[in-house]
Amino acid sequence: MSVPLLDVENLRIALSQGGKSYGAVEDVSFSIAPGETLGLVGESGCGKSITALAVMGLLRPPLSLGGGRITLEGGDIHDLPPAKLRQLRGKRIAMIFQEPMTALNPLSTVGRQIAEMFVLHAGANWSEATDRAVEALRQVHVPSPERRVKDFPHQLSGGMRQRVMIAIALACSPDLLIADEPTTALDVTVQAEIVDLMQELCAAKGTAILMISHDLGLVANMCRRVAVMYAGRIVEQQAAADIFDRPRHPYTRGLIASLPRLGARVAHGRQRLQEISGVVPAITAFPAGCRFSPRCQRATDVCQSNDPPPTPLPENGLVRCHHHG
Amino acid sequence: MKFRANLYIGGAFFATAVIVGVLAPVIATHDPVFDANLMNAEIPPGWEYPFGTDAQGRDIYSRVVHGARISLTVGLVAQCINSIIGVTLGLTAGYWGGWWDDLVSGLTNLMLAIPSLIFALAIMAILGPGLVSLLIALGLTSWSYSCRLARAQVLSLKSQGYVQAARILGYSDLRIMFTQLLPNILGPLIVIATLGAGGSILAEAALSFLGLGIRPPYPSWGSMLSDAREQITTAPWLSIFPGLAIFITVLGLNLLGDGLRDILDPQSRERTS
Repeated sequence: MSVPLLDVENLRIALSQGGKSYGAVEDVSFSIAPGETLGLVGESGCGKSITALAVMGLLRPPLSLGGGRITLEGGDIHDLPPAKLRQLRGKRIAMIFQEPMTALNPLSTVGRQIAEMFVLHAGANWSEATDRAVEALRQVHVPSPERRVKDFPHQLSGGMRQRVMIAIALACSPDLLIADEPTTALDVTVQAEIVDLMQELCAAKGTAILMISHDLGLVANMCRRVAVMYAGRIVEQQAAADIFDRPRHPYTRGLIASLPRLGARVAHGRQRLQEISGVVPAITAFPAGCRFSPRCQRATDVCQSNDPPPTPLPENGLVRCHHHG
Repeated sequence: MKFRANLYIGGAFFATAVIVGVLAPVIATHDPVFDANLMNAEIPPGWEYPFGTDAQGRDIYSRVVHGARISLTVGLVAQCINSIIGVTLGLTAGYWGGWWDDLVSGLTNLMLAIPSLIFALAIMAILGPGLVSLLIALGLTSWSYSCRLARAQVLSLKSQGYVQAARILGYSDLRIMFTQLLPNILGPLIVIATLGAGGSILAEAALSFLGLGIRPPYPSWGSMLSDAREQITTAPWLSIFPGLAIFITVLGLNLLGDGLRDILDPQSRERTS
């Protein structure tokens, strides 16, 4: 395997609250090769987004880096002085968000916001940057980009705004794009277009993607490998095809079983969708032993007392369960 | 396209005040200070003296016209100083937080607790009377309102997606403050500043009345009002005209601020065009 672009090793993110420190994210390791797409899946509050923030070096109190290493092409991100780290953001690692409605400055034209990236990171002057902004809008398939650069965000639809966000994020051809639920706030028809666009542009620019989502179907489509997070830990990591065919962790199974399937009703009659009972435990009240044990149908005594160690699977995969199989 | 009544009427009122101030020596019919003649004291408004005369027989019209210079200078310059101090402190305190925020908030509370007029009096007492010390005193004493407003606005904007996005896209702190935060908090700050400019005009009046502002016999609207208070029943024109001048200027400033806020917000610009 070639040198990974991004390597996260034993990441721990500490949450300090009332003088105590809790591990919001613990023992998270994954790596992304240049141009690869990794999916990070999990329920709300399982630590996906703060993992992304840690990768950008943007943890703010009460969150802090509690241990582990995050390296970009071999260099530790958290060793960099703030100014260097800032140059990294936007230029080498970019990010798009769930809410295209609020992620654009309402007082500035979209052209200016795209152009700002060229001025900031590529040292372009404003007129040159504006020309390049038109080009960037054309790349994300915004019709009549010459006219659209003068538009304000509120004049664009949600899908258009997400396109603009993609144009901003990919303006400087970053090595890694972190997409934090990029399609959650969009109409289903627009979702597919946005995902296609992201894949097309990233393939053209050789940009790797860290796709954060709770949508297993979307992740299965986009990614070669998938990591499933639960309560601050990666509980299973496998190739996308394998994770659907042979899910090892009960949580992954639960997630897959809870997806509605086309044709299932015809084959098996009307059935209730499977759910995973219970809720994700609060960070301050993680159970002892396996963190999934209170919700797990297969839980035994050992699950409640012992934390399951990660078991390696083929192709750099892992599963964290006493009863995987 | 909607006619922006606020902007135009406010602009017209304020522009009138400014033009009157600038052209004062040309449009005044008498000397505002030295044309005293006790024989003409307290003449009601008429052809000879359109706004009447005061207790010393000086032409109120000429004094109001000349007073515009001092009142507007004090109002605008003092408010500019206030706004610059307040916005700088509020913006940085809200954005950076931590000990700097604690310090600025403490200072703001302190400033709000001390009556600003008393504080201005103390500064004036040290610096001595005069226009420059008046500007310094008023400019240093009421920045707490814009500071609080700026800080509160920044606190709510800081969690907005685009401010977060700017950080993630590698903007420096100063760049975020100037390109993302400041333009978005400018609307309410301008409205507060226009109100504050009116307040400064009135504060100048109070200080002049206490003998620490503009020294008599030079006219400012505030000092004219103070002088007129004893004759308010016998010679109301003494207070009506400088009062009217303050009213029109402050109203103009407020309408102008309102109109500017509309212009600075692209969404409402969209609605009205």
